[in-house]
Amino acid sequence: MVEEYIGLFIRAVFIENLALAFFLGMCTFIAVSKKIETALGLGIAVVVVLGLATPVNNLIFNHLLREGAWAWAGFPDMDLSFLGLLSYIGVIAALVQILEMFLDRFVPVLYNALGVFLPLITVNCAILGGSLFMVERDYTFGESVVFGLGAGVGWALAIVALAGIREKLKYSDIPEGLRGLGITFIAVGLISLGFMSFGGIDI
Amino acid sequence: MAAPKEVLLNPLFDNNPIALQVLGICSALAVTISMSTTLVMCAAVIFVICMSNMAVSVLRTRIPNNIRIIVQMTIIASLVIVVDQFLRAFAYDISRALSVFVGLIITNCIIMGRAEAFAMQNGPGLSFLDGLGNGLGYSVILILVALFREPLGSGTIMGFELFRTVNDGGWFVPNGMMLLAPSAFFIIGFLIWAIRARKPEQVEEAEYQIAPNVQYREAM
Amino acid sequence: MDKSKRESIGNVLFVALVVCLVCSIVVSTAAVALKPRQDFNAELDRKLNVLVAAGMLEDGQRADDEGRGIEELFEQFEVRVVDLRTGDFTDDVDPDTHDQLRAARDPQRSERLSRAEDRAGIGRLEHHAIVYILQRDDGNIDRIVLPIRGQGLWAAMHGFLALESDMRTSAGLAYYQHGETPGLGGEVDNPRWKGQWDGVKLLDDDLSPSIRLVKTRSPEGSDAARFEVDALSGATLTTKGVEEMVRFWTGDKGFGPLLERLRQAEAS
Repeated sequence: MVEEYIGLFIRAVFIENLALAFFLGMCTFIAVSKKIETALGLGIAVVVVLGLATPVNNLIFNHLLREGAWAWAGFPDMDLSFLGLLSYIGVIAALVQILEMFLDRFVPVLYNALGVFLPLITVNCAILGGSLFMVERDYTFGESVVFGLGAGVGWALAIVALAGIREKLKYSDIPEGLRGLGITFIAVGLISLGFMSFGGIDI
Repeated sequence: MAAPKEVLLNPLFDNNPIALQVLGICSALAVTISMSTTLVMCAAVIFVICMSNMAVSVLRTRIPNNIRIIVQMTIIASLVIVVDQFLRAFAYDISRALSVFVGLIITNCIIMGRAEAFAMQNGPGLSFLDGLGNGLGYSVILILVALFREPLGSGTIMGFELFRTVNDGGWFVPNGMMLLAPSAFFIIGFLIWAIRARKPEQVEEAEYQIAPNVQYREAM
Repeated sequence: MDKSKRESIGNVLFVALVVCLVCSIVVSTAAVALKPRQDFNAELDRKLNVLVAAGMLEDGQRADDEGRGIEELFEQFEVRVVDLRTGDFTDDVDPDTHDQLRAARDPQRSERLSRAEDRAGIGRLEHHAIVYILQRDDGNIDRIVLPIRGQGLWAAMHGFLALESDMRTSAGLAYYQHGETPGLGGEVDNPRWKGQWDGVKLLDDDLSPSIRLVKTRSPEGSDAARFEVDALSGATLTTKGVEEMVRFWTGDKGFGPLLERLRQAEAS
């Protein structure tokens, strides 16, 4: 059991890295990776939100939306899974809002560090993607917690790595048109080629 | 007030959502492996962005400020679900190829960004045009990327054979990398270079200036 | 509308309610109205995949050379449920509603495989599987199509394997869902590679699974060559996955007992 969870975690971090293997959350990935410090802040925020949103959406899917979820109320054939997208994004948006208010009220230090990144996360496809993958692969509640955290850590790792590269890149002599955005795209392409070598590792 | 023509045409190259504003890249990478999925994706995004821009613009005077994000989200998500359901009913094969990426249109930041930045301030007609322009700007880049990836990766375009591949007894050795997602990064990177070569005003300022080479004699 | 009124709690609730109501009506209408067509599509897709594996249609074709459509061709198949534990056909489970993948996750309708048993990497094996049988006019079996799945390089691969009437020879293999690297492992979709699965022997004379995916074929006509299919170049792990998967599903834990029974019925 524990062994399986560890395997799932490692798979989610490296092999199925949301940013570098599935290219989710690219907009923020490229826009907020100029400095290691800010990248780390955003990374932690993503870990927190993914770690919360995936299990919550798992509960919502299994207990409200799935075919037969309303059997106890006398609707065994009701299939609300088409409402999935709407509920997941609603949960994510609400969660982000609540987290923001909670941090503001009780942990102001963390709020000051993460505050600016939280609204960005609502439209980060990595979060929604995490929930969609969770549903597609039919994870149990326990698995969804592990998967959510692992996927978050993987994403954070990727953005910090990219920020590290970009901090060095600014000292290099890059052709004018490629400077900034262009070279970043190419760097991301190279990192993700590297990440492909994790493929096929059986855990 | 911006002129309708500018609203429509500006996002194509001058202010392209992908190449300049770095918005909506996720889906650009995953679906460009073949031209037909790309075109369907573009059509879906154009539909959603036009409709959501219009809807948000119609409601803009009524939406309270502190729930505006979630209202926009709800409108966009509903539109995306409708598109998703339609694709599943009428273009089953393509919707399977697109898998979760249709759903991820919701978090395509172009749509959210235009709703927030343009539709909240402008009338429905102009917002529709803005949506159309940005949708087309997105499509231009996607189609260009697919135009490289499909022929080079599998020797076909829209599924029709362009070059006969070695495996089928022809001469063309497909470039496997073009079928992998990283190739989309390289292509977009070079596309940005090409656009900026034509439009130098988009070039970013260098953060550091490299000092000129020290003369040999001075170093002595 | 002036600003203070717009921000009032009443208006917030009103707007939220109206937006939710309108959106849910639009979404539900679309979902309910299009559902029959979507189910029809999914069903058609499954039938097409069975036909492709049995070699009766090419992938993407909608009708065969005689103009018979998917529905019409599929009519010829008999759909049966097999109890994988015993290899018997059973009528206790309705093939129209049985979902093998869902059953495989339900502890009551599946069993956990040990590491040694689980060569295909599927984790749990369902008790009941659906098979598709094509009968000849004399009532004997012409072809049988088995659903198979297993771990590839990146993700699970799902497909159908068709066997000839001797229950040892493959008639075709087709994957309808996989996430293998395009151009390398993804070549499982290549018609030339798939073509080799027509006529290759899956079980040896002792009836144990012995298919091999090899880099260099044994000399033509030799005994070993009967069990060989080309490996996928540059995709060692996909190749291994395919080999293990076919061996697993034709073996004791998979459809082995069923094939044995049918073979005896054929011989008698």
